[in-house]
Amino acid sequence: MEVLNAIFVLPFVDMFSEPIFFAEVVVGGLLTGVMYSLVALGFVLIFKASGVFNFAQGAMVLFAALTLVGLMEKGVPVWLALIIAAGVMVIVAVIIEKLVLRPLVNQPDIILFMATIGITFFLEGFGETVWGSDIHRLDVGIPDAPFEIGGMLLNEFDIWAAAIGAAMVGGLALFFRYTVIGRALRAVADDHQAALSVGIPLKTIWIVVWSVAGFVGLVAGIMWGTKSGVQFSLSLIALKALPVLILGGFTSIPGAIVGGLIIGVGEKVAEIYWGPLIGGAIENWFAYMLALVFLLFRPQGLFGEKIIERV
Amino acid sequence: MSEDGNMLLSVKNIEVVYNHVILVLKGVSLEVPEGGIVALLGANGAGKSTTLKSISNLLRAERGDVTKGTIEYMGEQVDSLTPNALVSKGVIQVMEGRHCFEHLTVEENLLTGSYTRKDGRAAVQRDLDMVYSYFPRLVDRQTSLAGYVSGGEQQMVAIGRALMAKPKLILLDEPSMGLAPQLVEEIFEIVHRLNKDEGVSFLLAEQNTSVALRYASYGYILENGRIVMDGDADKLASNEDVKEFYLGMAAGERKSFRDVKHYRRRKRWLA
Repeated sequence: MEVLNAIFVLPFVDMFSEPIFFAEVVVGGLLTGVMYSLVALGFVLIFKASGVFNFAQGAMVLFAALTLVGLMEKGVPVWLALIIAAGVMVIVAVIIEKLVLRPLVNQPDIILFMATIGITFFLEGFGETVWGSDIHRLDVGIPDAPFEIGGMLLNEFDIWAAAIGAAMVGGLALFFRYTVIGRALRAVADDHQAALSVGIPLKTIWIVVWSVAGFVGLVAGIMWGTKSGVQFSLSLIALKALPVLILGGFTSIPGAIVGGLIIGVGEKVAEIYWGPLIGGAIENWFAYMLALVFLLFRPQGLFGEKIIERV
Repeated sequence: MSEDGNMLLSVKNIEVVYNHVILVLKGVSLEVPEGGIVALLGANGAGKSTTLKSISNLLRAERGDVTKGTIEYMGEQVDSLTPNALVSKGVIQVMEGRHCFEHLTVEENLLTGSYTRKDGRAAVQRDLDMVYSYFPRLVDRQTSLAGYVSGGEQQMVAIGRALMAKPKLILLDEPSMGLAPQLVEEIFEIVHRLNKDEGVSFLLAEQNTSVALRYASYGYILENGRIVMDGDADKLASNEDVKEFYLGMAAGERKSFRDVKHYRRRKRWLA
């Protein structure tokens, strides 16, 4: 009885007795969630357009951030460094298309997946060879001061991250729905061969989509790099994006966002209100547990593409 | 067929190998005249789809390779072009099994066909209206996901999508697959009208020999990767062997397959 009470009643009593603190936890969670979403977005883009689960997305985040911070440390102004880093991601996309995707066209998914693991190792190693493996401090000039709204203590940087994330998602959604290239991307995602047969060049589409994923990686890298420094562990946040994808659906851009938010909030709330019951550290595994539950009951995720089956 | 150089497409003695080992086509030659409907007939695995794919250059994506022979379109050798370059030149394939983009709406599907065009929105819109006039059924389906419309409608989407590329030659692979006889008739009727009114030529791979020979002007019969017979459609349709093996008739009456003399088939094709 006491155990049940501690699990099902007391946490909620706590939430209601201190609503401002609860709101602070939720908002903090939402803002972290946006950061997860940014990483997940890169996965969704590539998965949508080429049906490949791109294991290298985390490495792309690291590589983009390393390039940016490396250039800045060499005295390149921020705006120029941003442009060069974005350009480098386009070059990476072109090289990946040429050396990895094209020779493996029409191979089973698992082979492409393995190839992206190879890309991961290459990008991590290459990035650290060029720019060194120290922890770099990154500051692109986004203000980072705490401030108070209605009794809640918030961080200005988090608000910026959320705004940038929202703008990116909106932009990408419009791009996919209303442009010729966007429509071609969705067509390729649906059926490679048919896309080829109507004259959509896979080569161009893949370069576009990997470049966009590279830009998204760059933005994610800036956000995470500013928070925790640019270092090797950046490439591991890809692992945090996995449950976000399972929750939101691998093929849905809004899904990546909502999934990120749910996981961000969920793990913060769970940590603070239920953590003490079992000695804490729920934050580290909560997301994966949630993903497991989703895999059991709704494998396509909240917003994933319906698996169309005609009979 | 005659060698008068007025051919839209001429395939000369091509050999196709899959995965570097499996020889699928063993010297196939065929021609499509400007404004014609040519049927490519044969049983499962005869090499019809492979022939079409080697023309549209979709073969390479399936690890196939044209190892011998040439393919000429409007007098120009096109074997090494990419599929999209060929589409912008006016050759487009409608693949077997329809291959619609299931998660795109019917209208979006049609619009993907105009990807290679550079002649502006107004022209694309005009052709979209033209497609809807040929396939009025699709008007009601405009905004439904292509994955959810019926098989016949999907076939219409696939043909309409190809039309949006403004082709001169459509390689139509097995349009009758999985459709009710009435729908097959409807689709072929539209193919016929497109040929007459829009001047689109067709190379048509079909198993449904009787329908195909009624709408085509010329036919080739493919067996085991070889052309074993060709001729004007009406001549083929009245040929005794074609009747017996492909139309299921002999001496003017329907015949049970039990009575078909297999040795005759052997003698005829492998001689």
